[in-house]
Amino acid sequence: MSLLTIKNLSVTFQTASGPFKAVDGFNMTLQPGEILGIVGESGSGKSVAMLGLMGLLPPTATVTADEMSFEGRDMRGIGARERRRIVGAAMAMIFQEPMSSLNPCFTVGFQIKESLRIHMKLDRKARHRRAIELLEAVGLPEPERRLKAYPHQLSGGMSQRVMIAMATACRPKLLIADEPTTALDVTIQAQILDLLVDLQKDHGMAMILITHDMGVVAETAQRVIVQYAGQQVEAQGVETLFTEPHHPYTAALLSAMPERATGDRLPTIPGVVPGQGDRPNGCLFNPRCPKADALCRTVVPPRQDETLGRALCHYPLNARIGEAA
Amino acid sequence: MFRFILSRVGILIPTFVGVAIVAFAFIRLLPGDPILLMSGERGISPERYAELQTLLGYDRPLPLQFWDYLTGLLQGDFGNSVVTRRPVLEEFMTLFPATLELSLVAITLAVFIGVPAGVLAAIKRGSWFDQITMGAALTGYSMPIFWWGLLLIIFFSGYLGWTPVSGRISLLYYFPQTTGFMLIDSLISGQEGAFRSAVSHLVLPGIVLATIPLAVIARQTRSAMLEVLGEDYVRTARAKGLPAFRVVSVHALRNALIPVVTTIGLQVGVLMAGAILTETIFSWPGIGKWMVDSVFRRDYPVVQGGLLLIAMVVMVVNLAVDVLYGFINPRVRAR
Repeated sequence: MSLLTIKNLSVTFQTASGPFKAVDGFNMTLQPGEILGIVGESGSGKSVAMLGLMGLLPPTATVTADEMSFEGRDMRGIGARERRRIVGAAMAMIFQEPMSSLNPCFTVGFQIKESLRIHMKLDRKARHRRAIELLEAVGLPEPERRLKAYPHQLSGGMSQRVMIAMATACRPKLLIADEPTTALDVTIQAQILDLLVDLQKDHGMAMILITHDMGVVAETAQRVIVQYAGQQVEAQGVETLFTEPHHPYTAALLSAMPERATGDRLPTIPGVVPGQGDRPNGCLFNPRCPKADALCRTVVPPRQDETLGRALCHYPLNARIGEAA
Repeated sequence: MFRFILSRVGILIPTFVGVAIVAFAFIRLLPGDPILLMSGERGISPERYAELQTLLGYDRPLPLQFWDYLTGLLQGDFGNSVVTRRPVLEEFMTLFPATLELSLVAITLAVFIGVPAGVLAAIKRGSWFDQITMGAALTGYSMPIFWWGLLLIIFFSGYLGWTPVSGRISLLYYFPQTTGFMLIDSLISGQEGAFRSAVSHLVLPGIVLATIPLAVIARQTRSAMLEVLGEDYVRTARAKGLPAFRVVSVHALRNALIPVVTTIGLQVGVLMAGAILTETIFSWPGIGKWMVDSVFRRDYPVVQGGLLLIAMVVMVVNLAVDVLYGFINPRVRAR
């Protein structure tokens, strides 16, 4: 049985200027112990989909799905009390801004031990022991002293380690990492990624890594989902994604990687992700797509099959003759 | 922490001198003087007037008078009332507990109603509760104190006859002022009905004085809470699977209280100003009424000394709030 199955997940926000569909038809399955990467630019609905799963969206958001099950339990319309038993325990999340994600008024120890008390019902001594163990596991020196520290006394990298310690406190089956390295120094980024992968292997937990850094995906993930403007435009195994991208957006993201650039200038994708008011007709990517033609500008593209990475495109790339629909 | 307090005390000294100058100068800007007002409509002969002026030292140049006053202050001498001849400090100490009791009741009402109301309004933003609460807060804030006090007296004392109109306790009761707080003294006295009488006298002035601080605290709490609820660490707390009540009352409230505590400290000045009106309306024998009466009598030493002592109370409370601020906000705490 897969750990997590999501079928046709949509998230709609009520805004002052009408409803806005931030996520449209998101699909995924995740096996226990697997690492899945979700990539896309800002505004492509990567985080929103995961926040919807965790139940962390504001009340203005409506989440619908044909299926959303975690360990065989239906997460749609789950009661608040029951959701709290899963969220923060079997399913945990870390965020993009470690410095602002820790509560400035409470010590690191208080914030870590809180999870242990609520979910694992450990007594005082056991909580203290486990908290020290967790800080050691995330590579923070002098854990005894760190427990008494306030977040403003920590650096960004240290804060993210504390966040990871908190998230893994109850030995989750699934860790969702929402751009865990974006706000950190480049040197720290690699350390945090290594830490996440190590913990993932040690605990055998599954991980969803949300990022807009293709390099990070290449190093860690086994499968990749590419999101664009709330739509899933491609889903593939990591090796084939890098060698044979099927959606022009994926190809454009890959060619924008500094490691792959060959010319003097780094290739970019012109334009921005369309927002609420400027959604084009046809394919949402058509204004920025080098291959777009009249068909792309008028007709919504079909979903290609598995062999073409389920690409949402009229003209998928790297298609062998006869395969394209 | 010690150095922090010391530096704050350092700021108090120039403030103290400044208030002394202002108090000294402003009361003398008012037309008339204590001697003229004491002599009343019968008038006074120029010879007797000059004699009294010399006796009270009001014939000497103002800077000299001020110097004498200041040196007296430094020796703890606030002068004597021109009218009662009693030391200003002694009168203040006798009357201050009444004002303190009233202010404590008011600020307690304001905090214990204002903070929960603000939190609820923030959580239920846009709901009827939010709109009614914030509308009421704005009304309370805008309503002149004396008008609001009179309305309450007309309704509760006049129409319903539930509460007395003035004073601290019914004349039926007499007992020694052990603490100066009528609520406590009436309990100690053990006299039947005394405590009830004290409470019924305190209710209306307490509500009137609490109204503006309550409105300010409720609005400040609401806006601070709204800001905090959008913070990343509140999302983290929810992502931990904490119950909604704990997320709000522990993780969000602790942060939202930081600006609210500052506001509460600033309300002490508002309370003192409000006490002057409230005490006058309800004939509450506190320092507010004392100050108003003294201004009408041009009792220079009382007005000067009273203003200074009130200013000192406000400054000390604000210092206490600053220290408290360090305790609830770890980022300010000394490194």
